[in-house]
Amino acid sequence: MIAETGLAALWLAAGLAALQFLLMILALRSGAEVARAMRSIALVQGVLTLVAFVMLLVVFARSDMSVALVFENSSVVKPFIYKVAGAWGNHEGSMLMWVTILAVAGAFLAVLAHRTGERTLLAALGAQALLALGFYAFLLFASNPFARLWPPPPDGQGLNPLLQDPGLAFHPPTLYLGYVGLSVAFSLAVGALLTGEVDSRLGRAMRPWVLGAWLLLTLGITAGSYWAYYELGWGGYWFWDPVENASLMPWLAATALLHSINVLAARGALKAWTMMLAVIAFSMSMVGTFLVRSGILTSVHAFAIDPERGTFLLALLAIYVGAAFVLFAVRGANLKEGAPFELVSRESGLVINNLFLTVILGVVFVGTLYPLFAEAVSGEKMSVGTPYFNAVAGPLALLLAALVGVGPLLAWRRERRPVLKKLTVPALLGATALAITIILAPQIHILPRLGFAVAAYLAAASILPLIGRNPLRAPLATWGMVVAHFGIAVALTGMAANSAFTTERLAIANPGDVLSVGPWQVQLESVTPAAGKNWTAIQAQLRATRGSGIVTLAPQMRYFSDPPMETNESAIASFWNGQLYTVVGRQDVSGAWQLRLWWKPFVTLIWAGGGLIALGGALALFGRIWMLFRRRSRAAEWRTERYA
Amino acid sequence: MKRWVPAFAGMTMILCSPVLADSNLPPSYWSNRQLPDARQEAQAQALMEQIRCLVCQGQSIADSDAELAGDMRDLVRRRIAAGEKPSAIRAWLIDRYGSWISYKPTAEPAAWPLWLAPIALLLAGAWLIRRRIRLKGR
Amino acid sequence: MANGTLRMTRAVRFAPLALLLLIIAALVWRLATPADTNVHSTLEGKAVPGFDLGEALPGKPALSSADLASGQPHLVNIFASWCVPCVTEVKVLEALRERGVRIDGIAVRDRPEDLAEFLALNGDPYERIGSDERSQVQISLGSSGVPESFVVDGKGVIRYQHIGAIEHSDVPMILAKLEQAR
Repeated sequence: MIAETGLAALWLAAGLAALQFLLMILALRSGAEVARAMRSIALVQGVLTLVAFVMLLVVFARSDMSVALVFENSSVVKPFIYKVAGAWGNHEGSMLMWVTILAVAGAFLAVLAHRTGERTLLAALGAQALLALGFYAFLLFASNPFARLWPPPPDGQGLNPLLQDPGLAFHPPTLYLGYVGLSVAFSLAVGALLTGEVDSRLGRAMRPWVLGAWLLLTLGITAGSYWAYYELGWGGYWFWDPVENASLMPWLAATALLHSINVLAARGALKAWTMMLAVIAFSMSMVGTFLVRSGILTSVHAFAIDPERGTFLLALLAIYVGAAFVLFAVRGANLKEGAPFELVSRESGLVINNLFLTVILGVVFVGTLYPLFAEAVSGEKMSVGTPYFNAVAGPLALLLAALVGVGPLLAWRRERRPVLKKLTVPALLGATALAITIILAPQIHILPRLGFAVAAYLAAASILPLIGRNPLRAPLATWGMVVAHFGIAVALTGMAANSAFTTERLAIANPGDVLSVGPWQVQLESVTPAAGKNWTAIQAQLRATRGSGIVTLAPQMRYFSDPPMETNESAIASFWNGQLYTVVGRQDVSGAWQLRLWWKPFVTLIWAGGGLIALGGALALFGRIWMLFRRRSRAAEWRTERYA
Repeated sequence: MKRWVPAFAGMTMILCSPVLADSNLPPSYWSNRQLPDARQEAQAQALMEQIRCLVCQGQSIADSDAELAGDMRDLVRRRIAAGEKPSAIRAWLIDRYGSWISYKPTAEPAAWPLWLAPIALLLAGAWLIRRRIRLKGR
Repeated sequence: MANGTLRMTRAVRFAPLALLLLIIAALVWRLATPADTNVHSTLEGKAVPGFDLGEALPGKPALSSADLASGQPHLVNIFASWCVPCVTEVKVLEALRERGVRIDGIAVRDRPEDLAEFLALNGDPYERIGSDERSQVQISLGSSGVPESFVVDGKGVIRYQHIGAIEHSDVPMILAKLEQAR
């Protein structure tokens, strides 16, 4: 009965979404008194999808093998947490999770948003209902998560061992929350284009959603990158793989939107562009999902690939994004922009920020999809990988990072103070860093060298907005910006250090052999068998010494039987100034073992920087919400006083 | 460094899809060893990161655990050690497998749009914002 | 530029839609024609690169590129005793040999004892077999796996590359390719 309850809830929610969409048309046509009804419907729809999702969690938690999805993706002897996480570790479950978050976000929008005009909110709720409707149809007609099996098999087929990792169990939900946050921005943009109310109120209503989505995407990408780093055993943190690019593109669009929305909220300007970005940001989430699910691009992290479902997703993408672009083309003519911005102003700084972010987004998009275009046109196959992206996106990102130091110092409308003078100290720091790398490390490449210089400059420049005022009285949003921008400098340092100073040692070693990598002497002490619940392994005992410091590491090569596969479990020792990364491979005919060792100075700064960027987002979000509540309670006090 | 054998229902995570079993011969000598000359090894490593693995098509031969990738690493290291230039080795491989084999797009006309893209995008962006920012002071 | 209000031109407003249609078209094309994951050798129409392999089995003639420019078309089969599809392919090759096709083998990463057992068990259609212990000749031919076969004409020029095992149904096609290479 549990699965059937879930399915029934899903059908009801789909019906309500259809009703919600129809009411929107009615409301926009006649201004009928349906507003309250729409809000309630959105709320009930959210609750119903939540019920369906909880039912799915329950059948997974109870290992109900009569549900086909549970049989295919779970087994009775699995830690409880992975039983539950198995619910979204597959196509159907992840789509249900997606639509649940979408509907719940719609419910929140209906209940919380009071800042846009009523008509725009109704239009946005209608758009959100239409979005959800497509995914309900997808679930109910093409990927029913509650389908039954008869007779119920005694045990399931198991979950991919790679996914039995806390990092990966919670990676997808983080990204979906981010994507769906962008869907609210999309719906609000569509709603505002429909009603023509593109103004600073819309910007302020959209901002918390974009901020929250961006914060979650930042966390998702940072965690995903670290996961790939320690789990894949290649010592790399970013491979410019199509799936990674698919997650980077919505983030880049959301970052641009996050900045342009400030111009809309503060000045009521950049209307058309911000609406465009809101549409693009969500489109990129859908493009990303499509690329990952359809499997049309070769990737190392393919997930739940099925070309037929890819077709369905592509159709949804074409309908939603196409409709939004048509709306933009038709209604965009009515969007008026005010006078041009002064060159030296916060507005212009944000425009240039958006220019660079969009060009980087364009480059990643073109690089990811160009092989497909080239093959369609000329039949010739080609590959676009790390060398291209680093060469093209690297310099653009460095230029942008250099500008990040300037933008926040500029005043709105027109900056009359000599801003460049404030940047003397940061510029000197950057120049010093450049000189130091030239003297101490003349052999390193130009990009990491410039990376160090820009990072040193930006680390100092990013905190300038807090200098010359009482930092404790600065708004939380300002603190958020400073922390996030400082995080860029931190991450940049890690990337430059990893690229410039990583040392790698590959060797075939016998027990007793000592290998040197960077400042470390690593001795292979022994290789012994090891075993876990569903795997066996060979485990190398390594003893690493640096000066008087000693650490032991035990990398493994694991053999899983069900399903059969071999994985390398790297062993990593972290220090304040870097990580020692070790991997053991196969045995040679002579009985010696293959070892891969890396010393990666300051590599952890990459993810620390990512964490700081996300923390900045969290501070800003908290600050905005705090202000919202304060304002609302003040307004309430004012009302009670007045009407008392 | 992972090998996934079957794709199974629901979720697949194909890092490498070996259609065939591995041979009984040990890896070629230079597939998992570094050249003694650090400068040459750095050249070889940089080239190997640019060459796409024929078996595990989402990886470079530097990362791939496929035997053929190991033999390609062996080939690259031997040729570098013999004094051949990385660009010549890359061209030799492109002669055999087409530009697919190189993660770095070639200079052929088919790849020009890729290299022109950033410039074209910057120009288009500058054109779009040309009236949004007042360049001259009052 | 005057201080008046700015509006987008029609071209700018419709550009995103046009771009989207282009992208959708490309994605639909890809879904309709799934990617061929085989990487083809670009040496078709070019001479076989020079090589001189050692013998794979004691007593069996070895293979060099000079042996291929003999005036007669050859079928060069890249195979291995550890390759599963090769077991069935070798029987098809046997049928081709019976119809007068000259078949030479390049054994990739193989050991003489394994190879001898493989041939004894499944049949030996090969005139010559060269041993390619480090896949170097395989790579120089632009081959990306086992089994693969090349039709080489009498002048030693590669005329056709067949990726994967030759099935019984491929026999007429292979014979036609060999006839064209004559």
